[in-house]
Amino acid sequence: MQDSKADVTRVVIDTKGLQCLLEALAQAGYRVVGPTVRDEAIVYDDIAGIESLPVGWTDRQEAGRYALERRGDDACFGYVVGPHSWKKFLFPPVETLWTARRDEAGAMAVSRPEPSQGPFAFIGMRACEIEAIAIQDRVFEQGPYTDTAYAARRSDAFIVALNCGQAGGTCFCVSMDTGPKAKHGFDLALTEMIDGPSHRFLVEVGSEAGARIMVQVPHEQASAGQVEMAEAIVERTAGQMGRSLDTQGLKELLQDNPEHPRWDDVAMRCLTCANCTMVCPTCFCSTVEDHSDLTNTEAQRVRKWDSCFTMDYSYIHGGSVRASTASRYRQWMTHKLANWIDQFGTSGCVGCGRCITWCPVGIDLTEEAAAIRAAPGEKGSG
Amino acid sequence: MQPQALEDPFVPDIYRVEKVRRELADAVTLELEPQSGTRPDFRPGQFNMLYAFGVGEVAISMSASARLGAGFVHTVRNAGAVSGALARLEPGATLGVRGPFGTGWPVPEAEGRDVLIVAGGLGLAPLRPAIQDVLAHRERYGRVTILVGCRSPHDILYQHDLEEWRQRLDVTVEVTVDHAGTDWHGDVGFVTTLIPRSPFDPDNAVAMVCGPEVMMRFAASALLKAGVPASAIHLSMERNMKCAIGLCGHCQFGPKFVCKDGPVFPLDRISGLLAVQEI
Amino acid sequence: METMDQILAKQAFFADFPAAFADLIAGCASNCHFKAGEYLLREGDPADRFFLLREGKVALEIAAPARAPVVLTTLKEGQIVGVSWLTAPYRAEFDARAMEPVRAIAIDAKCLRGKCEADHHLGYEMMKRFLPLVVERLHATRMQILDVYGQR
Repeated sequence: MQDSKADVTRVVIDTKGLQCLLEALAQAGYRVVGPTVRDEAIVYDDIAGIESLPVGWTDRQEAGRYALERRGDDACFGYVVGPHSWKKFLFPPVETLWTARRDEAGAMAVSRPEPSQGPFAFIGMRACEIEAIAIQDRVFEQGPYTDTAYAARRSDAFIVALNCGQAGGTCFCVSMDTGPKAKHGFDLALTEMIDGPSHRFLVEVGSEAGARIMVQVPHEQASAGQVEMAEAIVERTAGQMGRSLDTQGLKELLQDNPEHPRWDDVAMRCLTCANCTMVCPTCFCSTVEDHSDLTNTEAQRVRKWDSCFTMDYSYIHGGSVRASTASRYRQWMTHKLANWIDQFGTSGCVGCGRCITWCPVGIDLTEEAAAIRAAPGEKGSG
Repeated sequence: MQPQALEDPFVPDIYRVEKVRRELADAVTLELEPQSGTRPDFRPGQFNMLYAFGVGEVAISMSASARLGAGFVHTVRNAGAVSGALARLEPGATLGVRGPFGTGWPVPEAEGRDVLIVAGGLGLAPLRPAIQDVLAHRERYGRVTILVGCRSPHDILYQHDLEEWRQRLDVTVEVTVDHAGTDWHGDVGFVTTLIPRSPFDPDNAVAMVCGPEVMMRFAASALLKAGVPASAIHLSMERNMKCAIGLCGHCQFGPKFVCKDGPVFPLDRISGLLAVQEI
Repeated sequence: METMDQILAKQAFFADFPAAFADLIAGCASNCHFKAGEYLLREGDPADRFFLLREGKVALEIAAPARAPVVLTTLKEGQIVGVSWLTAPYRAEFDARAMEPVRAIAIDAKCLRGKCEADHHLGYEMMKRFLPLVVERLHATRMQILDVYGQR
């Protein structure tokens, strides 16, 4: 991976070049996934080509609100982020871990399924999403134990990043230092530049694999003006953040305030629906289910996304440790913004704003954190 | 901790039930042998994930020292679907085993010091390997005291072991029950009441405590009151466990993962968390 | 032959007790013995004595009709049997049965109450020793009621 600006090759392609890139990736054997419009949202799914992209669409986001709108141009990536994140490909919502078989004598044998998905080419990954994957890498690959299936999908993936041309109403990547420009972790990074009839992408090459693919894509060297224009776009985006989060001392603030009355306050609004954890690109919690067939000779162990907002999540013999809504919201937010740092050396939040947008009652963690900061040390009546 | 980066940490090894011993009305001890290969080494206080075919997995501590056999010994209480299925296994049955996982009791660290074991109910099971290892090198330790509390005289685990330890002149064993009739000649009262009357030097003692969380909290406060520093008091915590390898999130206890940072914690690392409800 | 002063001074319960007060207590104290099965106290009896155990085990029990007596706690060497002498109407709340031969110091509660009333400093010293005892037993009893080891 190349980090410093001097090493980065910059070229320019047009929309035909983009189509060519998608085709080259497909031909190289990648399963090409990217943004597309479905169910009145921009989601990530398999894409056939440039026509699958949300051309001319944008999204308007606020706490508890998300709506697609037409743009005045034909931008391919003129939106922010939708309800999906790429984690559904690298860390599937439902995954069979293994199958056990038992013979007539009762002897058991266990086998792993063959890897079925990928390798993936991810098209249009935002800087915050690259950071989110780096965070999940720490969880799944860099601890004492490795999720080998995740690691395989991850190492095979080809990442086409997209530097954001606009910020959403719930974005705060600038606060989290995770965007809006992709600095590393990509094979190619695009900046979409529309100037009247001119529709081009500045492409930064971030890896050998990226350079190899670009050989098959018609491109020209980027001019100084084009580089400047791309930088200006990202800079403008950085100035548009809809939200901000003061991270100074945030870990200690939350860890020192487990009994703050604000937890009870947010519990009055929180529905414990788990939406925030499902849309979060870093939330990694999972549970397992065990099934067996009718003859009880074959059994499967299936891993599924789980959420700290469910009662079952903290169940121990006798009942749930976190029975109250307040304790579950506190668990999620304190984990995300504070405990994560102790566990994995990084915040668990990348400032993508999904949890704010997709909360049905518009709970905003930046606002909750600010409320505790405004009156630290208070203790609830409970 | 034994990192298993190269192997698949989700896939269990297959073990065979060699022996089943009924301990209590709702608890049995299973002796397990690997179907192939050898059992990995482990330390007292560590646990395995035991898989009952088609039913699921549950975290159970080892309940006999690694030095005492070539397999694993687990005492299982029938408390749910999985533990119930495990408790019904018969000799010859196979099951899945992943492990060993987690931190152990500070048995080597306690050398040269007084050892105080405080067990509540089935909490004696994870402590038994520690007791066995201490007694295997009895000369390396100061005074050894084993305090056991349980619900009633019918719920005393490992009576045979307790009797054997009690007969040694170099070990103090006290058993107390919460509820008893007049036909019980032993002690009645909560286990923490035994602590102030036990022979140990608080400045040079290591306490290992295992039992229900409420019991451990009160044992910890009795030990602190007796002058034992928090860093010398060790508790074995229980939280929901699914993966046992820090990947599923369930066993979080504040910033700690009980599966990989615990289950055995020195009190000074978790005392702030123990005081918070629903953490 | 030890004097009562010397015997009392050895008891942890009276550790750091001012010497003058120890004399006052000794004046109310006497040695006593119980055979296994004998009762030190019976529920409802006037609480005119309490005991400091020197040897042997005592069960605090409560009896109910049509069922076996329930043992609430057992007490041993160095522990106090009887706290009801401190509060009116000075009646024993439980049976206290010697589970084995018991040697104890019996303290005449009426005598000591009079001395405490006459000298509040002595009364306060006694309270400082008895209150923690009562609180500790209350805590332990709460734990027993919780039935923490039981299946929920």
